[in-house]
Amino acid sequence: MREIRIIAVKEIREGLRNRWVVAATLVLGILALTLAFVGGTPTGSRIGAGALDIVVVSLSSLTIFLVPLIALLISHDAVVGEIERGTMLLLLSYPVSRGQVVFGKFLGHLAILAFATCVGYGAAAGALAAVGADISRSSLGAFAAMIGSSILLGAVFVSLGYLVSALADGRGTAAGLAVGLWLLFVLVYDMALLGALAFTGGRVFSAAGLNALLLLNPTDAYRLFNMTAFADVSRFSGMAGLAADVTMGPGVLLGALLVWVAVPLGLAVLVFSRREI
Amino acid sequence: MSAISLHGVGKSYDGAIWAVRTVSFSVGPGETVALVGHNGAGKTTCMKMMLGLIRPSEGTLSVLGENPASGDFAARRRIGFLPENVSFNNALTGVETMRFYSELKGLAAGEIEPALRLVGLDGDSGKRVGSYSKGMRQRLGLAQALIGRPEVLMLDEPTAGLDPALRQRFYEILDTLREGGTAILLSSHALTELEERAGRVVVMNRGMLVADGSLDELRRLARLPSVIRIRVDDEKDGKPAEVMRSFGPVESPAPGVWSVKASPGDKVRVVDRIMRAGLAVSDIDVVPPTLDELYAHFLRSGEGAA
Repeated sequence: MREIRIIAVKEIREGLRNRWVVAATLVLGILALTLAFVGGTPTGSRIGAGALDIVVVSLSSLTIFLVPLIALLISHDAVVGEIERGTMLLLLSYPVSRGQVVFGKFLGHLAILAFATCVGYGAAAGALAAVGADISRSSLGAFAAMIGSSILLGAVFVSLGYLVSALADGRGTAAGLAVGLWLLFVLVYDMALLGALAFTGGRVFSAAGLNALLLLNPTDAYRLFNMTAFADVSRFSGMAGLAADVTMGPGVLLGALLVWVAVPLGLAVLVFSRREI
Repeated sequence: MSAISLHGVGKSYDGAIWAVRTVSFSVGPGETVALVGHNGAGKTTCMKMMLGLIRPSEGTLSVLGENPASGDFAARRRIGFLPENVSFNNALTGVETMRFYSELKGLAAGEIEPALRLVGLDGDSGKRVGSYSKGMRQRLGLAQALIGRPEVLMLDEPTAGLDPALRQRFYEILDTLREGGTAILLSSHALTELEERAGRVVVMNRGMLVADGSLDELRRLARLPSVIRIRVDDEKDGKPAEVMRSFGPVESPAPGVWSVKASPGDKVRVVDRIMRAGLAVSDIDVVPPTLDELYAHFLRSGEGAA
């Protein structure tokens, strides 16, 4: 455990120095604030939507694009980059296992992502509260759940980034694979699923089959969790109907995300352990 | 007991091409062994196997009594390693880098400062590694390898990028460690880099071990001729040339300077005869074979055997 902590702390320190932490926090903060004020204006309180609930809807949609991208950016280089720069050879000559290296980096990168998400998104909630928006306890809960699940989504893509990094033979390959993964999970998968549903008129897929297909994409699991887990939010997201149909509770969706963290991370350790440096 | 020992160790990446083949040698406590060979001779591969970073395809090796590939990292706490072309994360400062590595070895923070002072980096330890020159990085690499007084020190091309004064300092540091019982293995692509510092030399060529012994032993084994060079003030109608030619092919690099090669057994006799020949010799040099010639000899003989 000591080794994991030491590596995590180093990763965080590097993130601070490389301005990763500042950059990620600023990007997430600015977007969250923009959505909180500009995005909420047209609806406002006239239709009785809680300001924060609207932010949850719009911000979670944005998170699906942005958080995986940031996570992959900081993680895809973690293994292959250190190997290419030659720092991995030295690190592995120390009394530390490859699993500890991966887990340590994971905790460090996750901490960076969690900080950026909490501060960036928290700023939006704080700003809304400061201008006197009416924030109910339940929408605060939904917002907190959104931040938590966003971090979890980030963890999924940090894991995937490590797997890519452990598999790739060069940094360029790792970057290409990371972009491919992002496109697949954020754009292509849903479009293909939508296309298939439209083409077949939805007859081919049973409800259970559709559920399984949604769990196979971590961004869908994240989206469903945030749109359906809280009644108020699902009303404003236009997902109330769907929410009634979705038989997967929040627990299942979060569980799926946790599996999406654990499996790629485990595979990354396995692949990295067999790799000859 | 040897600190490092290799028995018939080989490494093949695809089963056909062998990076290292049936290499056996050992390094005892308080011994300095130089691993010499061209780039690609298998020196780095040997070190990686000793560190447990790659598994040997054949043979057995042990470092501090343990199999380095066993997955038990306890022995690594007592090993210092400097990789070839060492690099660090540029964003951290020298002292932060040292703190990271010393914590991984479970060493006290008090060990950092002396190690940095030893390599002369104590004044620059607060600067980021990204601003370091190549020589400073190499020194930081040495500092992380030396920290905590390791029992085994493996240095891959340690003197690359060091200026002559620092190289001298580096060998002094190694001497101190060796007196404390550290087993030192250092690699180099040229024997001359070692400046006669290593107690023993292991020469590798194309993955095979071609020589193992002290420099004196290697010189005896190689039986390379020395060059005997005289300077005469008076050419005396070509008599010096005539005398020198009687020993073999002669070279005269400058007027009045004559040289001839003599094998180790003949050396003394040749000098004696030159002195008795009645030449007006004003100076005489007996130049032993250089380390480069010695090295080239063993590489050639290795090729012949392979």
